[in-house]
Amino acid sequence: MNTLVAEGLRKRYGDLHALDGFDLHIPPGVIHGLLGPNGAGKTTVVKALTTLIDVDGGTATVAGFDVRTQSAQVRRRIGLIGQNAAVDEVLGGRQNLVMFGRLYGLGKAAARERADELLDTFGLTDAADRAVSTYSGGMRRRLDIAAGLILTPAVLFLDEPTTGLDPRARNEVWATVRETAARGTTVLLTTQYLDEADQLASEISVMNHGKIIANGTPEALKRQVGGDRVTVTIGQRDDLHHVAGRLAEAVGEPAVTDDDTRGVTFELPAGVTAVSGVVRALDDLGVTPEDLLLRRPTLDEVFLTLTEKEPAR
Amino acid sequence: MTTLRAGWIITQRELAHWVREPWGPIFNLLFSVMLLLVFGFLFGGAIDIPGGGDYITFLLPGMMALSMMFGVESTATAMANDARKGITDRFRSMPIGSGSVALGRVGADMTNSAVELLVLIVGGLLIGWRITSDPGSAVLAVLLLLLLRFAVLWIGIFLGLTFRGEGATTAVQVLVWPIGFLSTAIVSAETMPAWLGALAAWNPLSATATAARQLFGNPTGITEGVLADHAVLLAIGWPLLLVAVFAPLSARAYRRLRG
Ligand SMILES: Nc1ncnc2c1ncn2[C@@H]1O[C@H](COP(=O)(O)OP(=O)(O)O)[C@@H](O)[C@H]1O
Ligand SMILES: [Mg+2]
Repeated sequence: MNTLVAEGLRKRYGDLHALDGFDLHIPPGVIHGLLGPNGAGKTTVVKALTTLIDVDGGTATVAGFDVRTQSAQVRRRIGLIGQNAAVDEVLGGRQNLVMFGRLYGLGKAAARERADELLDTFGLTDAADRAVSTYSGGMRRRLDIAAGLILTPAVLFLDEPTTGLDPRARNEVWATVRETAARGTTVLLTTQYLDEADQLASEISVMNHGKIIANGTPEALKRQVGGDRVTVTIGQRDDLHHVAGRLAEAVGEPAVTDDDTRGVTFELPAGVTAVSGVVRALDDLGVTPEDLLLRRPTLDEVFLTLTEKEPAR
Repeated sequence: MTTLRAGWIITQRELAHWVREPWGPIFNLLFSVMLLLVFGFLFGGAIDIPGGGDYITFLLPGMMALSMMFGVESTATAMANDARKGITDRFRSMPIGSGSVALGRVGADMTNSAVELLVLIVGGLLIGWRITSDPGSAVLAVLLLLLLRFAVLWIGIFLGLTFRGEGATTAVQVLVWPIGFLSTAIVSAETMPAWLGALAAWNPLSATATAARQLFGNPTGITEGVLADHAVLLAIGWPLLLVAVFAPLSARAYRRLRG
C-alpha cells in the first residue's frame, strides 16, 4: 500500500488554479522529489497533505488516513518542515525540542529524553542550550527537521529545505534527509533544483501549473530531456554566431546561442566523450574559448523540454 | 492533547522567553514607568481635574488602563511574527486542539500584563498614589483592568492573524496613541472641547479608567453624565462587547489560514 496517495487534488485562489488535478503516489520508505519552479504549487501540495489547508476537490491519504476527515490521525503521523525554519529563535535548541515534544503529547521526562536523542543524532548537543538565533542556517534547518521527527513520523514533508542555504549547510541537510529515510520514514521533498532531487530522491515528480507533468527516476527524467550540456563561452561577441554555426556542423548537434553571455550550448546525447569533439572543432577553427563548461541539464531545460509536450493552457 | 494543556505549554514558551531575553519586557515596564513619571510630574502641574483632587492619584488608574490597552500591540506583533515565521503552521500541523495557539497567547499576555499592573501599582504607591477604598473594591478595579486587557487581546489576535506584514505591526503601534489619548486616561473629558469630550467619554478605555478610579477611591475628573453614573457597568460591558465581536473574528481568521 502506498504511504501517500493524492488523487485529483484541486485548490483555487480566486481565478488561479494552484492545484489543478494533482496526483501523486508514494510507496513507503522512499525519498520522493517534487520538482517545480516558483509558483508551480509545491507549497500548496505540502499544505494540503499536512492538513493545513482545505482543498476544493480530490482526495488524499497519508499513512492510510484521509487528510480531510481524519486530520488528527494524520497529524500524529507526519512531520512538517516548512519553507522557513519554524523554530523559536529566542529559545535554545533543547528548549525548542522539549516544547514541541510536549505538544506532541510526551510527558516532561520523555520529551527531554527525546530531545537529547535528537540533538545527539543531529550533531547539535554542543549548541543545545544556546539561543537558536546564534545558530548557522544549516544548524537551524537541522533543528527544524529534528522537531519534525519527534514522534518518528511515517511521512516527513520538506518544503524547499535548502533554498537560501550555503553549499555546506545544504550538504548537512542532505545528509540529514538521507539518514531520516534510512530509518524508515517516507520523505516528500519539494525543490526547485534538479540537482537536489537528483542527489536525494529515488523517484521524481515534476509539477507545473498545479499538476504533475512527468514522473520517473532521476535517470529516466534526464534521459527524457536529453544528455549533458556543454557550454562554450566565446571571447568576441562578433564571432559568436559564426563560431556557433561552424561548431554545430562539426559536432553534429544544433547549437543554442546566448548573446548576453556569449555562450554556445550543445546537448551531448553521447555524454562526456562528445566533449572531445567540441574541443577538436574549436582547435580546427583556431578559437580559444574563454570558458568551457560541461554540465547536467538545468531545471529550466528540463522544464522547457517537458512543457513543450504539454498542451497550451 | 487537550487544548488546555497545549495552551499552557505554549504559554510556558513565552515565560521562557522572559528568562532568556529579559530586556524586552524590562524595557516595556520601564516605558510604562517613564510615561507615568512624564505625565505625573512633567505635565501634571498644568492639568486641572474637575471636581478637584491630586493629579497623581487621578493619573495612576488611567495609566493602568492605558498600559492594558497598549497590550494590543504586543499581542498583534507576537501573533503576526509566529504566522510569518511558520511557527503557527508548525503548531497547526501538530495533533493539538485548534484553540491552543490562541489560548497560549492569552496565558502569556495576561501574565505579562498582570506583572505590568503590579509594577504600576507599586510604582504608584511609591510616588504618592493611594487606594482609599476597601480591599474588595480595589480587587474589583484590578479585575476590570485585566478584563480590558483580555478584550484587547482578542483584537490583537485578530489583527495579528489578519495583517501579517511588518507594516501592520507599525500601524497598530502608531494607532494606539490617538486612541489612548482620546480618552479620560490622562486628562479629564470635561476639560476637552465638548465634542472631543463626548467622544472620549465613549472610549472603552475611559470606562475602565473611570471605573478603576471610583473603585480605588481616586478622583475621577467627571462630575456628571452616563460615564460618571455607570462607569463600572460600562467597564464590564465594553470589554465583553469587544470580546463578543473579536473572539469570533479571531476564530474566523484562524480558520481562514486554511485558505
Ligand atoms: N493564500 C494564497 N492566496 C492566493 N494565492 C496563493 C496563495 N497561496 C498560493 N497562492 C498561489 O498559488 C500558486 C502556487 O503557489 P505555491 O504552492 O506557493 O507555489 P510554489 O511553492 O511551488 O512556489 C502561486 O501562483 C501562488 O501565488
Ligand atoms: Mg513554495
